[in-house]
Amino acid sequence: MIELNDVHKSFGKVEVLKGITASVAKSEVVCIIGPSGSGKSTILRCINGLESYDRGEISVEGARVDQGNRSIVAIRTQVSMVFQRFNLFPHRTALENVIEGPLYVKKEPREAAIARGRALLAQVGLADKAEVHPPKLSGGQQQRVAIARALAMQPKAILFDEPTSALDPELVGEVLSVMRKLADDGMTMVVVTHEMGFARDVADRVLFIDGGVIVEQGAAKSVLNQPQHPRTQDFLRRVLHPL
Amino acid sequence: MQKFFHDAVEFVPILLQGVWLTIVVTVGSLLLSTVLGLVWALMRVSGIRVLTGLSAAVINVIRGIPIIVLLFYIYFVMPDFGIALSALQAAIIGLGIAYSAYQAENFRAGIEAIDKGQIEAAQTIGMGWWLTMRRVVLPQAVRIILPPYGNIMIMMLKDSSQASTITVAELALQGKLIASSTFKNTSVFTLVALMYLTMSIPLILLVRHFENKANRK
Repeated sequence: MIELNDVHKSFGKVEVLKGITASVAKSEVVCIIGPSGSGKSTILRCINGLESYDRGEISVEGARVDQGNRSIVAIRTQVSMVFQRFNLFPHRTALENVIEGPLYVKKEPREAAIARGRALLAQVGLADKAEVHPPKLSGGQQQRVAIARALAMQPKAILFDEPTSALDPELVGEVLSVMRKLADDGMTMVVVTHEMGFARDVADRVLFIDGGVIVEQGAAKSVLNQPQHPRTQDFLRRVLHPL
Repeated sequence: MQKFFHDAVEFVPILLQGVWLTIVVTVGSLLLSTVLGLVWALMRVSGIRVLTGLSAAVINVIRGIPIIVLLFYIYFVMPDFGIALSALQAAIIGLGIAYSAYQAENFRAGIEAIDKGQIEAAQTIGMGWWLTMRRVVLPQAVRIILPPYGNIMIMMLKDSSQASTITVAELALQGKLIASSTFKNTSVFTLVALMYLTMSIPLILLVRHFENKANRK
């Protein structure tokens, strides 16, 4: 469904992606792990066109992702994104955040959009927060609203860019459990994360990225439990046993 | 003091005609400068090179010319090109153009203060540039823009007196005419000053209200 073929990307003189080739099948959950600055987030941002890429090709369901391409808007409505810092619209309520896309991009009738928006908020456990503005919500609640906002576009896939990294530790669980439910329901997901437990339990596959290349990939349990490459082993040792 | 009140009774009705024109010039040029300023600001943040450059050039040219020269140009020079405007029209257009540069810089600052993540979030739900501006950026930028906008309103109210240089009989010119024909400079210009102050005070309170609102967030 999502295909990356030899994707290269530089910021100025620094090449952050050095030939990434990967694919994500429908209903697959792929976790991308790796050290900071390895290019993990850049991959997500290239997939839905927030960043352009220099060489190679990215396509979503056969449509080429290209910033100059007019269909980029169409691709974005099919591939939603959830950000590390939530990026909710602070001047609109939780419900308004969720229905903004359906109402103004997809031009759905107001009543239908509101009904579905409320259902989505209920799905992420926030039925009672519909009229609350994001600054009054906890980080975990904001991120769940952001997930509801992504779902409201009825996307074929959702990209998660370190969705729990900005959260207090005790709030991580509520977001991960919402994501796990999505995975169980068959949503196609690409998740950049440092939550190795989530990757092990929920992901079908794990990509370990370092220095702009995929160092190792495979079934989640085998990569995380028996990493083959020394850099993967080293990274996992430092993440799982920081002391 | 008694003499002052006596003069006041006599001059206030005439000065009020000037007040009316001051308000017309201020409101008219405020509207024009707001619209033009928004256009310059949106061009500036459009990300399109030609528009960005054009907007920067326009703003710098406007900023580099004194308001009074701009007024003379529009009122006295434009007729040579077949564009004859009434003094009032010329005043509104001149002040409107002059202040559009300051409005633009204020709008741009407000727009650029909005977190990039907001714009990216809007993009990822499929919003185009204009929809992102209208639904996400501008509604949030307004809070930042309003306090300086109020200050610009006060400056425009006072600078509307420059319209007197091209014969618009607004408050300052009305005062000058009365003073030069009656020689009651003290009474007349005290009244004129009090009238400007009276018009400014609601605006000053409005700015304070905007500031409180922006700070509360």
